[in-house]
Amino acid sequence: MTIIDSSSPPTVPARKVEALKPDLLLTQEHHMCPGCGEPLAVRQFLETIEELDVAARSIAVAGIGCYTSFSGSMDVDLVQALHGRAPSVATGVKRMLPDALVFTLQGDGDMVNEGLQEVIHTAARGEKVTCILLNNGVFGETGGHMTATSVIGQRTKNSLDGRDAEYHGYPILIGDLIAQLQGASYVARGSVHNAGSVARTRKMFKRAFESQLRGEGFTFVEVLTMCPTGWFVPTAAGPEYMQETLGEVHIMGELKVDGRVRTTEELHAENVAKQRELDEQLARGGLEK
Amino acid sequence: MSPPATSSAPPASQRVLMEGSEALARAAIAAGCRFFAGYPMTPFTEVLEHCARLLPEVGGVCINAESELEAVGMAWGALATGARAATGSTGQGLSLMQESFSEITLAELPLVVFNMARGQQDYYQATRGGGHGDYRHIVLAPQDVREGVEHVQLAFHLADKWRNPVLVYGDYLLAHTQEAISIEAIDFPELPEKDWAVDGSLSGSGRSRGVTPLGVGKPGQRALGQEGKAQYIATKIPLMEREVRVESGFCDDAETVIVAFGSPAKFVKYAIAQLRDAGHRIGYVRPITLWPFPYETLAEVAAGSSVRRVGSFELSAGQLVDDVRIGVAGRAPVMFIGGVSTDQSGFGVGRILDVELIADRILALHEDRDLPLIPGYEEHSYELQEHQR
Amino acid sequence: MSETPGSAVVEIKSRGTVTIDTAHCKGCDLCIPACPPRVLTMSTAVNHMGYRYPELHAGCTGCGACLYVCPDFVFEVYRFEQPVITTVTPGSAR
Repeated sequence: MTIIDSSSPPTVPARKVEALKPDLLLTQEHHMCPGCGEPLAVRQFLETIEELDVAARSIAVAGIGCYTSFSGSMDVDLVQALHGRAPSVATGVKRMLPDALVFTLQGDGDMVNEGLQEVIHTAARGEKVTCILLNNGVFGETGGHMTATSVIGQRTKNSLDGRDAEYHGYPILIGDLIAQLQGASYVARGSVHNAGSVARTRKMFKRAFESQLRGEGFTFVEVLTMCPTGWFVPTAAGPEYMQETLGEVHIMGELKVDGRVRTTEELHAENVAKQRELDEQLARGGLEK
Repeated sequence: MSPPATSSAPPASQRVLMEGSEALARAAIAAGCRFFAGYPMTPFTEVLEHCARLLPEVGGVCINAESELEAVGMAWGALATGARAATGSTGQGLSLMQESFSEITLAELPLVVFNMARGQQDYYQATRGGGHGDYRHIVLAPQDVREGVEHVQLAFHLADKWRNPVLVYGDYLLAHTQEAISIEAIDFPELPEKDWAVDGSLSGSGRSRGVTPLGVGKPGQRALGQEGKAQYIATKIPLMEREVRVESGFCDDAETVIVAFGSPAKFVKYAIAQLRDAGHRIGYVRPITLWPFPYETLAEVAAGSSVRRVGSFELSAGQLVDDVRIGVAGRAPVMFIGGVSTDQSGFGVGRILDVELIADRILALHEDRDLPLIPGYEEHSYELQEHQR
Repeated sequence: MSETPGSAVVEIKSRGTVTIDTAHCKGCDLCIPACPPRVLTMSTAVNHMGYRYPELHAGCTGCGACLYVCPDFVFEVYRFEQPVITTVTPGSAR
């Protein structure tokens, strides 16, 4: 067996290219389930804040969901909001502190069920905040129940035979909805099902934050995340399950850039091209940041 | 802390005829309020209108929120940054804000809330809270616009003093009566800096702050936990009771004592003054804070050797009377002498707000006679049905 | 990776390496297929939480993919100044 000892850093000359965790995360420990996609997104937006060097004016507004526990470990001045209510709280914060980088952290149950009105109005008003949506198509924290983004056929605790259009209605494609609003300057949907999609999502965070800092309007980054516990699939099957369910309906890509809403055809074509490009980069030995 | 000199602000030393809503808005600004969010609802709407006009003049923000839920959420965010912020509505609108009220209290944010109550009375809602769990808001009940101006400023001070919401309880009369007043900024004792407020500056320092109703803390900080947080707030409640305020009159030799608050209390006091002139030994107790309620004052008054009966006058089916019974604690019989009374729209002033009518009711109680029916009760009374007997 | 025809050993070039904080791994397996050169396999041993964890073989490129997909902040990623050659006997378990 040629197992390399990976218990300590290399002794030969080497450059650390990726740190264990972002500086803005005070501890790597959390109680998310094995295979949860949310920490992948949290790493990326925290590292983006560090990259943009705007930590000292960042304020987070957290919703209520599994991710709420990160409010204790993110080294960011934070306001805890109620389920669904983060966008209005973020509005109050940003109106009083226009130079701050204000972002919300919400799940799909929080934002698209309880708080649909809040996020739509906040976007329509063009409030200069960034709403981040961790979309796994279930209420994770309560045990895997259907949300407004769950897709037809998706099996959840209260749609055990799969979501039925007739009985349960249709999912809301919140990213696409928000992109239609004039107050929204940048709207994107990322995903964390593989390394390439994580890298693409990272870029979306950066563009969203930059747009907020330029004062252009409301920005929105939705991230499809795995929830193997809520989906009743083995952890290793999470990414594939996501692509077959949520990923088929909530299409990845930059939904609105520079005021223009992009078409589904554009998104599909770009997704294919980008995936190939990123796979090649990875094979060559690293992603371009 | 004087009001800014702008073209639309009257000089502080001059009395100006002004409707209550505008006076309350100006008082808020004089107190340093720089954020307001609200949803139009009669008779609160004008408070929002005046804030929308006046706040930008002083560099503040007023947002027409798309619902009451968002209004209180926005105020929450503004408060978290350390600003003085307020919201308001009628009781109906405040019903929508109840979850946030409970949680804002847990988060120890100094929210000031205006209730311009409609024709129904919101005493229970204000003092018991419609929210979940154990929490109390300090409730100030001005009897007129002049007192309202004082109470609004006091509200912001008390809210910051205790890091606890304070509610200013008004009504249609308060909102729409014009009085000649001047907005004198009140000097309050100094308060500590709001070092708990979040402004982003400690992000990334290892000492970032959190404003939260949950018992969660950052590593290295003391986290209360959910039980700890609730116990912490529960033990704060009795300490805030020192903020009780009450006014009483003619009680020393009174046989009958009437308890009333807010605009109706002004009518009651006038009626009692007239009854006193006619020789009747009647006094009044006017709670100025509905919470903390002046139980002690009521107990003392009711223990007076001359007191035979205590009446509670209110525009409701009987809400204040519960607290009166608690305060009197059996020392004298307590009678509810109010009733539901509002106008056709349900927003405003009922027929019962009439000095003669009130004096009649007080005198009937005083002379142990049957109370006249409240106007409307005869036509509108519920009739017990066969299956309910 | 270079193989001398007919010889008994294989030389595998690693351009990078990772540290693996096995104590924090929750055994989700996501890093295994994420690794482009497929140099991670799950252990047979378990950590103190009862989870199997990834083990590194020769051939790492330091691309960072494992770190990108790891929910538990288990990896640190390094790139060598000079590639490191590891000699492997073919037929031995990799």
